[in-house]
Amino acid sequence: MSAPAFGMAFASQAAFRALMECLSRPGEIRTLEGVGAPPPMAPATAALVRSLADYESPIWLDPAFAAAPAIAEWIKFHTGAPIVAAPDKAAFALVADSLAMPTFLKFAQGSEEYPDRSTTIIVQVERFAGPALTLQGPGIETTRDFAAAPLPADFAQRLRDNREMFPRGVDLVFVTGQAIAALPRSVRIVEER
Amino acid sequence: MTAPVYNFAYLDEQTKRMIRRAILKAIAIPGYQVPFASREMPMPYGWGTGGVQVTAAILGPQDVLKVIDQGSDDTTNAVSIRKFFTRTAGVRTTTATLEATVIQTRHRVPEAALSADQVLVYQVPIPEPLRFLEPRETETRRMHALSEYGLMHVKLYEDIARHGHIATAYAYPVQVASRYVMDPSPIPKFDNPKLSNCPALQLFGAGREKRIYAIPPYTRVTSLDFDDHPFEPYRHDASCELCAATDSYLDEVITDDQGNRMFVCSDTDYCEHRRALGHGPIAATQKEPADG
Ligand SMILES: [Zn+2]
Repeated sequence: MSAPAFGMAFASQAAFRALMECLSRPGEIRTLEGVGAPPPMAPATAALVRSLADYESPIWLDPAFAAAPAIAEWIKFHTGAPIVAAPDKAAFALVADSLAMPTFLKFAQGSEEYPDRSTTIIVQVERFAGPALTLQGPGIETTRDFAAAPLPADFAQRLRDNREMFPRGVDLVFVTGQAIAALPRSVRIVEER
Repeated sequence: MTAPVYNFAYLDEQTKRMIRRAILKAIAIPGYQVPFASREMPMPYGWGTGGVQVTAAILGPQDVLKVIDQGSDDTTNAVSIRKFFTRTAGVRTTTATLEATVIQTRHRVPEAALSADQVLVYQVPIPEPLRFLEPRETETRRMHALSEYGLMHVKLYEDIARHGHIATAYAYPVQVASRYVMDPSPIPKFDNPKLSNCPALQLFGAGREKRIYAIPPYTRVTSLDFDDHPFEPYRHDASCELCAATDSYLDEVITDDQGNRMFVCSDTDYCEHRRALGHGPIAATQKEPADG
């Protein structure tokens, strides 16, 4: 039960648990212990990928990540996850250029019978600040404000369209250097500021 | 349960990743049953292997684990699951609801209000609430996809026609966030209201049926009912004979071979906690106070 023997297992568990908390409480920000990875991958992104990805979970890279060959090599070496060119075949999509992120419909939405067969999009942003969205939904006691930047100008509308498709849809994870927040498909926007 | 420990909390890392991905989907789609590749565990299916796998996937070295079976920490099932995680994960265990960060349960929800720092893991034997209406998985999948829950209401209404009330007392079906109808596992319907707007995350694991589902914190959970027959949580019209609680779920236990019975809290930690605070049998509380 010594720490060295289970070090990697503990790091995976801690990263997963942080994301589990974030998905359970949409918009809440948690920090997690990052992992070193080639640029432009943020330490928290790397921790999540190492914690959750393996040969059963194909990964799609946005052009900003794909432009750095070291990223695909790092992912294959540490997780064994296949890199896929088609975003709708991905279990996880990694987005380094948040402003240019593709519309959610390009990713797997799951089916009515199996809505879980959908893509989780991990988006790197510069900061959790900017114009706030006021959210409601499972995991939120009353309302919660969420802000991240930079995001596409029509981001709020994309999120509304994603909610319209429930239970199909994508789940979003936002990452700054060491901090994460999540917006599961269940969130509704009640106010935009 | 005596195999040597190679992995933290028994499961290998690849299996934990697979279960963790299923848990994350379950949280994002409240009440929806996510299929997962359930593993053989070193205990029989009836012993809560689904709950054990969920607990093993979320547990970390900082966690404090409580395991209850029918409200008690001391049944064979609860003791052996607690020992399993003590041995394979080395985590601290407790019987105090308020001290636990992860609570694995079979057939009850603790009486004490749970907090945002806790996760409640339910052991589930039959996760599909529509199964008794429709044996085919493809059909129940389709019914959930279309929110086709009319037959479920018809079944409950037949109870009313036959018994004058809804006779379902355990595993009483709920609807989560106005969407999926879900089996809350065989808890008494007394516990159903505790599922709604709970500050703690609730996870459900069915090992044999290979399903994981979830209720996120602060999610509205309603028990299916009718305008003319609203849902009523049942409890024996009595108080606990050990701690005088009038708000807890009671078990009727036989006290001797003459068939005498008494009512006691099903949640043993709740009962002990109350007695430690000075709450006693009703006869005692009715005595004149010493300083009176
Ligand atoms: Zn009692």
